[in-house]
Amino acid sequence: MMARIDKLWLTTLLACLIPLAWLFFDIAFDQLGANPIQALHIRLGDWTLRFLCLTLAITPVQTITKWRGMTTYRQMLGLYTFFYASLHLLSYLLVDHAFQWRMIGIDIIESSYIWLGIVAYIIVFLLAISTPKQIKKYLGKNWKKLHRFIYLAAGAGILHYFWQLKGNLVEPLFYLIIIVLLLGFRVLVWLTNRQLSKMMIPKSRK
Amino acid sequence: MIIKTQKSIAASEITDPLIFKQRRQIIKSLLAITGAGFAPAWASENKPMWDNLPQGDFSTHELTPTPLELIKNYTNYYEFAFNKEDSTDLAQHLAIDPWSVEISGEVEKPTRFHLEDMVRQQTLEERIYRFRCVEGWSMVVPWVGFSLASLLKSVKPLSRARFVKFTSVHEPEVMPNQRSNAMLTWPYTEALRLDEAMHPLTILAVGLYGDVLPKQNGAPLRLVVPWKYGFKSIKAIVKIELLEKPPLTTWNQAAPHDYGFYANVNPDVPHPRWSQNSERQLNSRFFTPRRQTELFNGYGEQVASLYRDMDLRHFF
Repeated sequence: MMARIDKLWLTTLLACLIPLAWLFFDIAFDQLGANPIQALHIRLGDWTLRFLCLTLAITPVQTITKWRGMTTYRQMLGLYTFFYASLHLLSYLLVDHAFQWRMIGIDIIESSYIWLGIVAYIIVFLLAISTPKQIKKYLGKNWKKLHRFIYLAAGAGILHYFWQLKGNLVEPLFYLIIIVLLLGFRVLVWLTNRQLSKMMIPKSRK
Repeated sequence: MIIKTQKSIAASEITDPLIFKQRRQIIKSLLAITGAGFAPAWASENKPMWDNLPQGDFSTHELTPTPLELIKNYTNYYEFAFNKEDSTDLAQHLAIDPWSVEISGEVEKPTRFHLEDMVRQQTLEERIYRFRCVEGWSMVVPWVGFSLASLLKSVKPLSRARFVKFTSVHEPEVMPNQRSNAMLTWPYTEALRLDEAMHPLTILAVGLYGDVLPKQNGAPLRLVVPWKYGFKSIKAIVKIELLEKPPLTTWNQAAPHDYGFYANVNPDVPHPRWSQNSERQLNSRFFTPRRQTELFNGYGEQVASLYRDMDLRHFF
């Protein structure tokens, strides 16, 4: 049983690298279209949002299936979200701007869509560095509170996508719907639990 | 009158013309091998439509054109689709022959031209211009076209004419976003002040790279105003009207705070959501810095006088 789970764990770990391998393939074979720098950048941003959605889907799936072993996968997917977000940021700084700091500075100051990206990245960064067990222990109850900010990161990330577009809003809308559904599910569960715990309190104690 | 731009381009920005030609050859032969049902006119014929056209005085000769393949595959054409890949494919359905263009409004001689007749009366030139999109990318296009001023003079504008309005084709049958009335008000319209329209840099283009315009690039007739953001350079023109009052234009009407009537390229006036300070040049390698965007897209020497006493932040 244990071995099977480990195998699944390893498979997931490697599968999450497929988007990156696929990207390298497309770079090597010149499959990124007429503006490959932008295509690379968008591809990495897209995968960041996809991994964020997957991370947020774990708890609802766990609630529905009642399978308890999924926390490690949530952590892994969360870390991959951070990984792709970091590549996305690096591609902006290095591949597109070649570390021209003056130009980067002006670009960031004048582009409100980037501010949202920065907010999302700072949150994801903080969540990633609070992964080790010691830090988790140290933070105690605050760890959970801190990790609720992931929904803010998701909102900022989607808005970051929306705001740099002139026309086609279909894709960010798709992510928005998914995030709203996932958040809606969590709120629903929370409300139901609260209702239940209220009913559990004996009347005499009131 | 000879107008020159003196901007020098770093050697690293320029791709060897020989490589362009080789690439074109490779692409042509590839298309030939695959049977190329999709191949446009330029690829199936060996000879370009126009050979040895006079180089316009207003070409920026020191610029090396962006490879044709990139120019052809990176176009916004929202009538067809909101992404650049689908619009290129879908644009092939537009019928462009025969084509007529109506010129009306405040003119002495309102005329309905057959496109061939209109072009025959004009002098075609090759004009190599920078093309800067409001989305923050740019390319260099060797247009084939003629001076808009010369066409307008031929219909004799009346003295009260102050603006020139252009209207794109309305073909909901083949243009999905016109059919579903998506996003913008169709047909697409654009406009220039009369002095902008009469400026020698302003052309109507019928081709690029010595051949007829690919459909996705605005065939058979489009405007090219090189010192303004690309969305001003309206495609597939069917009507040109001279007007007393400034008309509404499509993007300005849709989002007046984002897209002004003038839409002059200006690194110091950011779009409300993104900077216009720099641009990604097509055909540049990874890790190549972005290009510093120039005021009036580098054509300031020729056109700055048109906006002499204007606050460019207000009239953006």
